[in-house]
Amino acid sequence: MATTIENELESVVIRFAGDSGDGMQLTGTQFSNTTALFGNDIATFPDFPAEIRAPIGTLAGVSGYQIHFGSKKINTPGDLSDVLVVMNVAALKANLKGLRKGGVIIANSDGFDSKNMRLANVPEDKNPLLDGSLSQYDVKTIDVTKITRAALADSGMGTKEIDRCKNMFVLGLVYWMYHRDMQSSIDFITSKFSKNPAVMNANIKVMQAGWSYGETTEMFANRYNVAPAQMETGIYRSIMGNEAAAYGLIAASVKCGLPLFYGTYPITPASDILHELSKYKNFDIKTYQAEDEIAAICSSIGAAFGGSLAITGSSGPGIALKGEAIGLATMLEMPLVIVNVQRAGPSTGMPTKTEQADLMQAMYGRNGECPVVILAAQSPSDCFTLAYEACRIALQHMIPVFLLTDGYIANGAEPWKFPQSKDLPEIKVEFAPQRAADDSKFMPYQRDEKLTRPWAIPGTKGLEHRIGGIEKQNITGNISYDGDNHELMTHLRQEKVDKVADYIPLQTIDNGAETGDLLILGWGGTYGALKTATTILRGEGLNVSHAHVRYLSPFPKNLGDILKNFKTVVVPELNNGQLVKIIRDKYFVDAIPYNKIQGQPFMSDEVVRKIKEILA
Amino acid sequence: MTEIAAKLTSKDFASDQEVRWCPGCGDYSILKQVQTVLPDLGRPREEFVFISGIGCSSRFPYYMDTFGMHSIHGRATAIATGLKATRPDLSVWIITGDGDSMSIGGNHFIHLLRRNPDVNVLLFNNQIYGLTKGQYSPTSEQGKVTKSSPMGSVDYPFNPIALSLGADATFVARTMDRDPKHQQAIIKRGYDHKGTSLVEIYQNCNVFNDGAYEIYTEKSSKKEETLMMEHGKPLIFGENNDKGIKLDGFKPVIVSLNDVSVNDLWVHDETDLVKATIISRFYDDPSKENHFPRPFGVFYVNNNKKTFDDLFNEQIAEAKEKKGTGDLDKLLAGRETWVVN
Repeated sequence: MATTIENELESVVIRFAGDSGDGMQLTGTQFSNTTALFGNDIATFPDFPAEIRAPIGTLAGVSGYQIHFGSKKINTPGDLSDVLVVMNVAALKANLKGLRKGGVIIANSDGFDSKNMRLANVPEDKNPLLDGSLSQYDVKTIDVTKITRAALADSGMGTKEIDRCKNMFVLGLVYWMYHRDMQSSIDFITSKFSKNPAVMNANIKVMQAGWSYGETTEMFANRYNVAPAQMETGIYRSIMGNEAAAYGLIAASVKCGLPLFYGTYPITPASDILHELSKYKNFDIKTYQAEDEIAAICSSIGAAFGGSLAITGSSGPGIALKGEAIGLATMLEMPLVIVNVQRAGPSTGMPTKTEQADLMQAMYGRNGECPVVILAAQSPSDCFTLAYEACRIALQHMIPVFLLTDGYIANGAEPWKFPQSKDLPEIKVEFAPQRAADDSKFMPYQRDEKLTRPWAIPGTKGLEHRIGGIEKQNITGNISYDGDNHELMTHLRQEKVDKVADYIPLQTIDNGAETGDLLILGWGGTYGALKTATTILRGEGLNVSHAHVRYLSPFPKNLGDILKNFKTVVVPELNNGQLVKIIRDKYFVDAIPYNKIQGQPFMSDEVVRKIKEILA
Repeated sequence: MTEIAAKLTSKDFASDQEVRWCPGCGDYSILKQVQTVLPDLGRPREEFVFISGIGCSSRFPYYMDTFGMHSIHGRATAIATGLKATRPDLSVWIITGDGDSMSIGGNHFIHLLRRNPDVNVLLFNNQIYGLTKGQYSPTSEQGKVTKSSPMGSVDYPFNPIALSLGADATFVARTMDRDPKHQQAIIKRGYDHKGTSLVEIYQNCNVFNDGAYEIYTEKSSKKEETLMMEHGKPLIFGENNDKGIKLDGFKPVIVSLNDVSVNDLWVHDETDLVKATIISRFYDDPSKENHFPRPFGVFYVNNNKKTFDDLFNEQIAEAKEKKGTGDLDKLLAGRETWVVN
């Protein structure tokens, strides 16, 4: 047995990269789950191409999965990786710039043969494993393919099937390097391949071969310990954003006592919400895959009319198609939650890449004056909290509510101290009661103190009434073309949104003092990067604070006051400047935009540099 | 049902809103027939929901004292599907026109029929865009001169009956505004059908397309130009009931009953999809020589296709039975958890 040196680390970033058929997402997810179970704090970032099977071996086909784990608080998947696992030369080429100098490269040499070099457009004589260009890194070259084939020589499986187990070798090896228990992955493989014992055994065997390789060869002189993180006490699980959003919706359905209807049409990166919800029919969760985006939201409006908790979900292009129906729901004053898992646009844009450029679309993207409530989740687990909030507000205010998430938090994972159902806020819903023949006529647009109209569902005696997209007379709900009434109704629809501010939490400063030189004002999935950047800046003695807005329409009532307490307000966004425009318009604050539009999240380091530049 | 002390009348289904279609519009007749049929269905008013899109016909829900939604263009079908899926206890009706259902809502229309929820579609076909003041519609005949087609429309028309059969509709029928009794009977049969019922109603727009169906509705030509289908009866038409349709293999031919015995005629069978498909294609321009008469009545009924709302809710019931009612705390905890002390 080789002698190894044990090292203690506070945090590590590993990036698994390979061809999109190499199973890197699965490898990354398994390592994340095991690491979360071990008690580290984690943040993950899957980064994959839109094509299911892009041309093999090419740069376009590279799929990556980055995980940052540590014994300290982890806010982001990390700017640069410490370890880069590459299954072929294309994966190295695409990811090398993200590896810190001196970092470890674990390379599958079989993926650096002449065919792979050609596919990755690397000249024959420039094999990076041989030409010395990687001298600044600690390169471990292993013929993973060969070892995998040898390990499974007597499995009776074909070469193609055997080669599909390669990723398990890497997983086993990395488990060994970081002292991770393989049991959770063994359980996963056992359950996933329960119907195919040959494949099950092969995957487990190859993973164990990876572990043994680390143990027996002398290639790896170092092993690393990353102690469990000091987190708030409690019971944790690992959660991804889309999964969390689905659970938030289910929880709201259970707590309000109404069946949930999710009308949707498959679209990246929102489809996983549908996949998740469709598993829970026994919770009275009704998922409906409509013929298109328009039918998806319209079916939800029909379900809302009938008294269900109605949700529709999509990404930007689908939301564009839903615009007219969102207007209808606004006119009907019907509870409806619209989930937008944002991706890079416009048009088809970059479906698997993240962006937060649909804020204006949510805020203004309809004909006429059409205000809605808008919430934006800031992390994977926050998707749960705000999906629940979106339902609560929609139901209690009879109003359409947007929930914005993005591809980055939708697919990212983090540890989650999940709540007990009894601790979730109550969502009380009352339908309008039936009326007798001698009662006065039912008024569908009679309002309460929240300006909310009654939810009068079909089947209730005495409540027969008609609603629609044509302007309504206030109180009676009859068609009205009266100018004064239209102006009144336009104001009422806006006031209804504004009133929600009385029922949401005030804005807080996430990190830093209540006053100071500079406020970083963020929203959505940039939370982790901005939090880390703020911590670094404050560590260097700079008078910087960070506030993250989760309620974007209406804003928390104290947001304007908070902004006035800082000399400078900077609004970093993964778009061309959207929240910054709204802030400037609403609060007359000379906020400075800071924008990145590359389909990639912010790195903390670049935020730190930018803020210093502004303060200089 | 015991609560219905006195039987409802057609007046009970009329709302307090003034009807605002043009005087002489065929829509009045359809409103009247629906209000006449509904009391006979033995259901309380609050169980009826009328959902419409946009167009003249789509004003219909405002005039019915039931639950109603006047939605957006072409989408009534999609809204009704969501409502029926979650509230199978309701009687859901879709009111649509030829522009609403065949053009802007064409996609939802075919998918509604494919899924087969237990709803009723009344398709008011006047072969014109009335509300936007007279442009050609997807059912207008080719060459139609309108405001938007001064040299005549170059588009070929849709045949809504053939389209519906192609989309696997389970109840397909045609009636006309000028024949109240026939209309009532067909609407009633559509309601009785479990599954989506598609009733195309030839409706005259006396302002922008007056007389489009005159040849089928006027006494002088009706018997010669229409074929009134009845299940189990031979296909006979003509001024003196002297003509019939015979099948020569798959080819329909018009025969004179002076030459051919009634016993040799095609006997209408509503359950035969192949025959329904053939007869749906009797869609000739009536000015052409040797044209086939236009069929009215029920083309096709399929009672063997389960409804969408049943299938949809059976899965929910099955999941609850197999897994038990969902436990939220178990769901939130997931498969693997760890404790931080």
